[in-house]
Amino acid sequence: MGGEPSGVAAGATLLDVRDVSLRFGGLRALSEVSFSVEKGELFSIIGPNGAGKTSLLNCISGRYSPSEGRIGFEGRDITRLKPNKRAAIGIGRTFQNLALFHHMSVLDNIMVGRHHLLKNNFLTGALYWIGGAQKEELEHRRKVEDVIDFLDIQHVRKATAGTLSYGLRKRVELARAVALEPKLILLDEPMAGMNLEEKEDMARYIVDLNEEWGMTIIMIEHDMGVVMDISHRVMVLDFGRRIAHGQPAEVLADPHVRKAYLGEEDVEDPFEQEAPAATPGAAVRQLSA
Amino acid sequence: MATTSLRPCGDYRSSYRADQTLFDTRLSMLFCAGGVVLLLFAPFVLSGYVLSLMIQIGYLGIAALGLNILVGFSGQISIGHAVFYGFGGFASCYLSHKGVPVPLAIVLAGLWTTAVGLLFGLPAARVKGLYLAIATLAAQFILQDFFVRATWFTGGTSGAVAEPFTLFGFDMSGDHRYFYVVLFFFVVLYLGAANLMRSRDGRALVAVRDHYLSAEMMGVNLTKYRTMAFGISSFYAGIAGALYAHYIGYMSVEGLDILFSIQFLAMIIIGGLGSVMGSLLGTIFMVLLPELTGALAGALQGSAIDKALHLKDGITYMREMLIGAVIILFLIFEPDGLAHRWRQIKAYWKLYPFSY
Repeated sequence: MGGEPSGVAAGATLLDVRDVSLRFGGLRALSEVSFSVEKGELFSIIGPNGAGKTSLLNCISGRYSPSEGRIGFEGRDITRLKPNKRAAIGIGRTFQNLALFHHMSVLDNIMVGRHHLLKNNFLTGALYWIGGAQKEELEHRRKVEDVIDFLDIQHVRKATAGTLSYGLRKRVELARAVALEPKLILLDEPMAGMNLEEKEDMARYIVDLNEEWGMTIIMIEHDMGVVMDISHRVMVLDFGRRIAHGQPAEVLADPHVRKAYLGEEDVEDPFEQEAPAATPGAAVRQLSA
Repeated sequence: MATTSLRPCGDYRSSYRADQTLFDTRLSMLFCAGGVVLLLFAPFVLSGYVLSLMIQIGYLGIAALGLNILVGFSGQISIGHAVFYGFGGFASCYLSHKGVPVPLAIVLAGLWTTAVGLLFGLPAARVKGLYLAIATLAAQFILQDFFVRATWFTGGTSGAVAEPFTLFGFDMSGDHRYFYVVLFFFVVLYLGAANLMRSRDGRALVAVRDHYLSAEMMGVNLTKYRTMAFGISSFYAGIAGALYAHYIGYMSVEGLDILFSIQFLAMIIIGGLGSVMGSLLGTIFMVLLPELTGALAGALQGSAIDKALHLKDGITYMREMLIGAVIILFLIFEPDGLAHRWRQIKAYWKLYPFSY
């Protein structure tokens, strides 16, 4: 894969991040980061630990408010929009450290994802049979079951989320974000801590979400093999700055990236032994190991 | 596939509708419905004393459920539940005195208490944990003081008289008739809470409790739901207080102290935090425990043990001590409450006799 976005009609800008800086007191987490993501794109953000990747995602999802710069979504300025309003405009996300509702069933977890799509309130909810809450709940249950089918978690739908294994929890979290019906989905290390098989499954889900469900995806991931294989474009952050950005093969060949990951030039360079353009995945897999 | 067994050993439901019912099996639904029908006949069979205990369980159970919605479901703490209960009682006395029909006064008292609860719930959206506990403690003392001073509303230290409950000119006071009033409110409010918990706003409350950051990311307005929990909780407390006032015929400032608030907390901890049925189980437990220990103390009175240990008056205090001991034992051995124990019993029977 790689190359041009192959999902829905590509070309229109969905997310536009302009000169975003984020400061915590004296610490600069992000410095004038700019990039834009087009509709239907699978965009990856990589970088060493502490580079500001998650901070950037938090700015987009509204947890942090950037100190400077602006964030536009579908042409609208959302820099100061409250986080709970961003679900309604179509931004969903998963978290790096699992953030499921531990005491709820998997089903209820995913149903919370549809919160902004449901209309019943505490009064109609309490009356349930009168006032249409039941009808609405059942309609949405059907939609949730589609997501459950897609992510293959039928067998745990009644289980309490906190009792699941790590890999399953990650999948449930993805399901919850997908149930939101977002236009843009932010994935923070969806494959961290997974074994090879689980990673392959997860990569397949992500590609399907992008190609079949038509969702635009921004992904932070440390597994370079996966990143290089499935992303359309990649951005590299280091110390809160954008150091490279472009197609996977270009980014891989970028001297700044090599420096960020490997240190100075005099270090033994694995790229000289292997042609990066031919097998990009393999090359960087070695590098990240 | 229809199943006739007590507990089906698997999931045989074939429609989403059947999967989202209030009761997990047809049998448990029939049990509950049958139970309510049996209760309708209770006043014909049972003595006034037993009925008075059941009425107590009824209105205290409603208040406990309100507190459970706040503490168990939405994960906030309140150590001022008793004053909201009291406010509902006084509001209903006040309204019924002004000529509002008592059934309407009870509902209005619930709504007034909701307004007060929302007022005190507003800081809830901003503080959490211990800080919130202190904020609700402030509510406890402010309102308790208000009850003593606002003589126009509460009658001050002398208390307020509640009009008797009449429905279409028919007097419903007295254990045998008032039982139906409490039963009606109890069934409606318990069904309401159970329904709430399987619909959008109930889920949002639990989501805020379990992980507020990701709840916010799912589009849940934290301030709204935290405050709402206080509102709903106060509504239940207010109705319960009003039911109590019209049952006793009198509402007094006394007894609405922090100990009473803590008793409500004890009910939901023993019954099970975050469980609708647990609220009822905990209330039953707390109402019947003094009866049991009282009987025990009565049996000990004048016995060999009493004489040997020179207990004398100490025997009445044993009751209080036992209540304390039971709460501690619950916290250690059954922190998830009676509702959890009940779920485990059900799980055991699911595969009986092949539960390996």
